[in-house]
Amino acid sequence: MFSLSINGQTQQVDVPADMPLLWVLRDVLGMTGTKFGCGIAQCGACTVHLGGAAVRSCLLPVSGIGDQPIVTIEAVGDSPTGAKVQHAWLDKEVVQCGYCQSGQIMSATALLNQTPKPTDADIDSAMSGNICRCGTYVRIREAIHAAASA
Amino acid sequence: MGHIELSPTVAFSRRTVLKTSLVAGGGLMLGLRLPGLARGAEAAAVFVPNAFVKIEPSGTITLIMPNAEVGQGIFTSAAMLLAEELEVGLDQVQLQAAPPDLLRYTDPSLGDQATGGSASIRGDWMRLRQAGATARVMLITAAAKQWKVDPASCHAEHGAVLHTPTGRSLPYGAVAAAAATLPVPTDVPLKAPADFKLIGTNAKRLDTPSKVNGTAIYGIDAKLPGMKIGTVAISPVNGGKLASMNEAAARAIPGVRDVLKLDDIAVAVIGDHMWAAKQGLERLAVVWEGGPNRAVTTGSIIAAMDKASQSSGVVAKKEGDAEGAIKAAATSLSAIYELPFLSHAPMEPVNCLLHVRADGAEVWVGTQVPVRAQNAVAKMTGLKPETIVINNLYCGAAFGRRLDIDSIEIAAGFAKQVAYPVKLIWTREEDTQHDYYRPYYYDRVAAGLDSSGKLMGWTHRVTGSSVMARWAPSAFKNGLDPDAVEGAADTPYEVPATLVDYVRAEPEGLNTGWWRGVGPTHNVFVVESFVDELAAAAKQDPVAFRRAMLQKNPRALAVLSLAAEKAGWGTALPSGHGRGVEVQFAFGTYIATVMEVEVTRQGEILPRRAVVAVDCGTVVNPDTVRAQIEGGMILGLGTALYNEITLANGRVEQSNFHDYRTLRMNEAPKIEVYPIRNNEKPGGIGETGTVAAAPSLGNAIFAATGRRLRRLPFGNQLQAS
Ligand code: FES
Ligand code: FES
Repeated sequence: MFSLSINGQTQQVDVPADMPLLWVLRDVLGMTGTKFGCGIAQCGACTVHLGGAAVRSCLLPVSGIGDQPIVTIEAVGDSPTGAKVQHAWLDKEVVQCGYCQSGQIMSATALLNQTPKPTDADIDSAMSGNICRCGTYVRIREAIHAAASA
Repeated sequence: MGHIELSPTVAFSRRTVLKTSLVAGGGLMLGLRLPGLARGAEAAAVFVPNAFVKIEPSGTITLIMPNAEVGQGIFTSAAMLLAEELEVGLDQVQLQAAPPDLLRYTDPSLGDQATGGSASIRGDWMRLRQAGATARVMLITAAAKQWKVDPASCHAEHGAVLHTPTGRSLPYGAVAAAAATLPVPTDVPLKAPADFKLIGTNAKRLDTPSKVNGTAIYGIDAKLPGMKIGTVAISPVNGGKLASMNEAAARAIPGVRDVLKLDDIAVAVIGDHMWAAKQGLERLAVVWEGGPNRAVTTGSIIAAMDKASQSSGVVAKKEGDAEGAIKAAATSLSAIYELPFLSHAPMEPVNCLLHVRADGAEVWVGTQVPVRAQNAVAKMTGLKPETIVINNLYCGAAFGRRLDIDSIEIAAGFAKQVAYPVKLIWTREEDTQHDYYRPYYYDRVAAGLDSSGKLMGWTHRVTGSSVMARWAPSAFKNGLDPDAVEGAADTPYEVPATLVDYVRAEPEGLNTGWWRGVGPTHNVFVVESFVDELAAAAKQDPVAFRRAMLQKNPRALAVLSLAAEKAGWGTALPSGHGRGVEVQFAFGTYIATVMEVEVTRQGEILPRRAVVAVDCGTVVNPDTVRAQIEGGMILGLGTALYNEITLANGRVEQSNFHDYRTLRMNEAPKIEVYPIRNNEKPGGIGETGTVAAAPSLGNAIFAATGRRLRRLPFGNQLQAS
């Protein structure tokens, strides 16, 4: 049994210790906003915040989390930065299929929390782990700049 | 913001359907096909004048979306077409995915209930506006009757009928029941473009709010009470059979519930969650027997295609004596171009949730072909199609992957073996290695120039698999696959003599399918690269050389001139940089692209800036057009640089995003899109950016380096030398 702090709530989950957080969220807790894309930390679709940092939940065993708080796409909009990012995403009409965008938004929010006025180079290094097969990078960049100046 | 409902299939009541039994397009509708969903008296009051509009007395306005939303924005654009004529705001409507129903939802240009070929807007342009206009006229008639006034003195606005002289108004819901009793008029006039309120505006997408907060439900997110989750393994060699597996080891994993076989072609491990299923599948240690394709390699496939390409094929286009003209030419050139097998790798791996019961099945999936999906489940379960409910959900992209139903068939084959609902999810590895791949193409081109450098004759022989012969056999006539030569037999250029022929060569060891941009993604690369070679041979500027052949094609000429101007064609660039141009007419849309690339000393290829001019006729949503070009371009560039599926020992060698790469943020060029607006018929847009990527990039590489790369992917070809 593991006790996890997810989006400000404590959740008890009875799962194997090596089970990645991704599947705990999706299949045990029914929180499907966090997506499965590759399972090998190559695509970023599964990105969540762990202690404020963007991490790939597909390779994060539940036993390694401890009491670090987890924030997912379902609640990222509760923080001012997350809300600004979501707003900029809609304003710039970033989303195409949307499947990668939970992860993109989590990575972008972590970036802006860390670096409120990111340069293009900052954006490159924070966002290059998040693949978008629909190719929305041009707008993601614009939206991050827009959120930064909002 | 309007509400989008992607849940159970629309339940038109029998009574309503029978009452208004003419579809806008004229065909007779069948009665209700889903059992047990009629809602009696309440349904009688619901206004359902056609397949696309439903208005309830409560005021709820539902628009039925005939196409799948795969990221292209069609839910919004289709809603705009309906709302424009229905006179409702996009904030007043709910959207619902269409159920499988060929009679009502066949795309007029595809002949199937399918989303593909950049066809949706072209297919919807008339039928959805007609559907909206017809409904509006009936609502106005019903209100006028109630007021006992002349309908001509009424008009509709924002979901209500207004009596213009008195200012009285009735919301649509209040007249829905009365409108439902009226005959459906035909030939209702449509608005003139000057009167459009929505069409042509950057209306905000209706699906995106749910996609930025995690609430959107894709196929992979569907849940049912008591559901289990499984993952699948199929023989890594196409046609191989199951030899052995360690079922006990799989069952020893906590959470594993079942280990299933589908004949001896696939296995699945089912568990309480995907982790148990994945672990179980690993422990299962499946051993496959290779089967007849176990020795196939990419090399053996290419050798067979090379051989096949040496004999003439089925003629797709013949004008003049091209071969004679090339023989007589002052300068002649020939070349072989090759394009690799490609996987689709949509962000969301294929998946399907089914609950198969004795009397029917419920299916939750994102598909581009709901009727085929329904038939696939029927075939595998023995159930009647009409007892199978298909709930079509958002697709985490598709690129053509979800035009095939192999994963749904396999899922149904497993789901029928268990009593509980089961969601089968393929791992990325399984998805990459068991796709329906974009065919390998092996193209021979030749051309002759006269002494002034004018193109006199052109031949192009396409050799490759026919996707059409498998997917839509009726369109494969006399050995000619019209898709395989699309973009080759219909170039925008005027050439005195042309011969285009097609040799069908089916590869051993893998299946082929539709991939974003289909024929044009393949042929425009070949044509535009070779035109560039001719320009160089003629010692002419690539833009000027093309212009000379486009004198009778004003729309193509206009996009070419605009792209060249915006890109600063002819202005100086730093050393190691180059600009390449391409022109295309595909899916009814004209595009010209100027790509700027940097090639480093180490031979790395870095696209820097893409300038795209586009004329797609009437534009429904300009921002969506822009987005599709941007995104299609990025997908196309990543593919042109990195992607190929190769086989060794009959097995696909790539498995996940580390060896089947996608362009990343730090590699994405600037993209500028310049539209030309007019009132021509709308053209398709979803695939055009992808088409434009490889030819413009290849030509830019040539400009930067003098090296002509005739084989995709470009990858490290410049690094190897
Ligand atoms: S699913 Fe975790 S990085 Fe791809
Ligand atoms: S929006 Fe489709 S993968 Fe990014």
